Amino acid sequence: MHDMRFTIPGQDLNREPFAVKIPDFQKKSEVMITDRGYKCRITNIVPLSGLERLFQLRIIDPLERAVFNFRPGQFLMLEVPGYGEAPISISSSTSNNEFIELCIRKAGHVTSALFEARQGAFVSIRGPFGTAFPMAEMQGHNVLLIAGGLGIAPMRAPLFWINDHRDQYKEVFLLYGAKEPSQMLFTYQFEEWKKVSHVQMSTIVENPDASWTGRTGMITALLDEFTFDPKETYAIVCGPPVMFKFVCSHLDRLGIPMNRMFVSLERRMHCGMGKCCRCMVGSTFTCLDGPVFDYWSVMNLKEAI
Amino acid sequence: MIYKVISKTEFKAFIDALVQNNSSFGPRKVDTGSNGKPIYQFMPVKSVDEIEFDYTVTHSSAKHFFLPYRDELSHFNFSDGNWEQEIRYEAPPIILIGLRPCDINAVNILDDVMLHGAYPSPYYLARRKNTFIIGMDHLPLPDCFCHSMNRHTVNHGFNLFCSDIGDSYYLSINSSKAFNFLKEFRIEEPTYENNCSLIERRKNIKNSFETRIEVSGLPCFLDIEFDSPIWQKWGDKCLSCGSCAMVCPTCYCYSVEERFDVDLKGSTRQNHLYSCNLVDFAQVTGGHNFRPKNGDRLKYRYYHHYRGFAANDNQQICVGCNRCGRACLADINPKDVINDLRLERESCMICVSPSPDKT
Repeated sequence: MHDMRFTIPGQDLNREPFAVKIPDFQKKSEVMITDRGYKCRITNIVPLSGLERLFQLRIIDPLERAVFNFRPGQFLMLEVPGYGEAPISISSSTSNNEFIELCIRKAGHVTSALFEARQGAFVSIRGPFGTAFPMAEMQGHNVLLIAGGLGIAPMRAPLFWINDHRDQYKEVFLLYGAKEPSQMLFTYQFEEWKKVSHVQMSTIVENPDASWTGRTGMITALLDEFTFDPKETYAIVCGPPVMFKFVCSHLDRLGIPMNRMFVSLERRMHCGMGKCCRCMVGSTFTCLDGPVFDYWSVMNLKEAI
Repeated sequence: MIYKVISKTEFKAFIDALVQNNSSFGPRKVDTGSNGKPIYQFMPVKSVDEIEFDYTVTHSSAKHFFLPYRDELSHFNFSDGNWEQEIRYEAPPIILIGLRPCDINAVNILDDVMLHGAYPSPYYLARRKNTFIIGMDHLPLPDCFCHSMNRHTVNHGFNLFCSDIGDSYYLSINSSKAFNFLKEFRIEEPTYENNCSLIERRKNIKNSFETRIEVSGLPCFLDIEFDSPIWQKWGDKCLSCGSCAMVCPTCYCYSVEERFDVDLKGSTRQNHLYSCNLVDFAQVTGGHNFRPKNGDRLKYRYYHHYRGFAANDNQQICVGCNRCGRACLADINPKDVINDLRLERESCMICVSPSPDKT
């Protein structure tokens, strides 16, 4: 007969050793990186236009700086402590391990706080997250880059990549459209892209002002200027959501295969790790399966564009 | 898994010994509903007499022990133009008593999402590993449809599971800890009669389900009927309050927000549970809302639950407890919506895509 007053001691119930220390994940060692942000110093702030600025960040810890490797098209979560996080696409060169450049528009809560920051301030980044433009797959083909407005920001990483590996690609075209001439970003780099990277480039605006001497209209009008074999061409399209539909359908009519057109989607994001479900598009996550989708997947996914 | 039989009085002594010394939560009656029926919730218990072993179902699910409404992710300590980030994964050990099979299945689904995805959540893992789960089976309520979702039995994800077989419990022991605790008590090997009564009990439970939903091929139907007008019909009823997501045992969507401490010497990043029915769920900076209509957001929730998403291997995450149906202020329940979608009622023939033959 057992003693009814027997009690099970509380302290050894189910207490796993890692309850008091950091868990050890054998499968995914990067899980720790995604929880803890890399501390960065803002080393430079370049005003690009009235609303956009280019922030240059440097990861302070040398080991973390070496570990932070990304591919063109990926994004990171930028955190301003106390204000929150925002997903920002990386617009610097993948071969530049020293500095990360982010082209940011002052739009919301976090970015407004960031615009108050001075050079030397500390912010935190997590990442990189998401899929990338398949630069290796594009080798030996023409590359058509179409950017609208702020869409030039994610486009800079593939441009830098192409500059680094220019001999692997045939003709490279960059079409860049903006609402107004004053909203055109990175104008100081246009000559560099044309002359150093050998990119055939053309720009267009919708609402010209007195100083504008270039073309006026929709961005698809620029496609007349260049001759290329659509069967041998890959396209990357970045811009506001309304742009995807008419640009991609235009390229489809030209004869570029659907699986060779890539778009970078934009959604609300809170975690970047496929947990919060805020960035769900159709049945996939923008943070895990995106932000780079090929046009076939975008057509296939519900509510994508 | 080891199977044993324990008498009900001995079982009570065992539970008493457990709850006396550990932080335990069990079903307790907290209120009486407008229909006169008691409302149960998982509440802290200090003795075995407080636990209602014969409860029907709790209003909220057990997910809040693993995904609390507010959860601190990290803390920033500010100092002189600089900051330090601090992350803690601590979770005090707790015992959960009396979870229903559908509740345990829901926790298993959350395991799939939170631990087996691309980035395992250490916050969830710490809580999950420090929770001792005692499950109990029950006869279903008239509106439960766990059997249709195949979630009315459970084979893993618990430490101890008790099936009521008359004057004793048939125990499924699934962890060494549970076995060690039970060593101190009088447990017996199951006899042939015990096995027979367990099978009877299982059959009885299975046959007691009154509500059935046909879910075979539902993912395909959901894709085909994406633009169906029934979503607008149900969306017009929906109040976008998010009650369904708060009581759902598998709704895990969350929002991350950051706030300063009151003394301005630090800030906290915390996630809090969110509902995809709330209006700003998919609103991006600049004001564009990817799902502006009630119907769009309601459809999204049904998609998540019955079609499954890529991250959780496209399994249906609904367990069929119908808590959302009971909590809904606008009387929307999954049974009606899905039957509508499958044209089970004549009134909804409108959603057949127009074909030349029919017009």
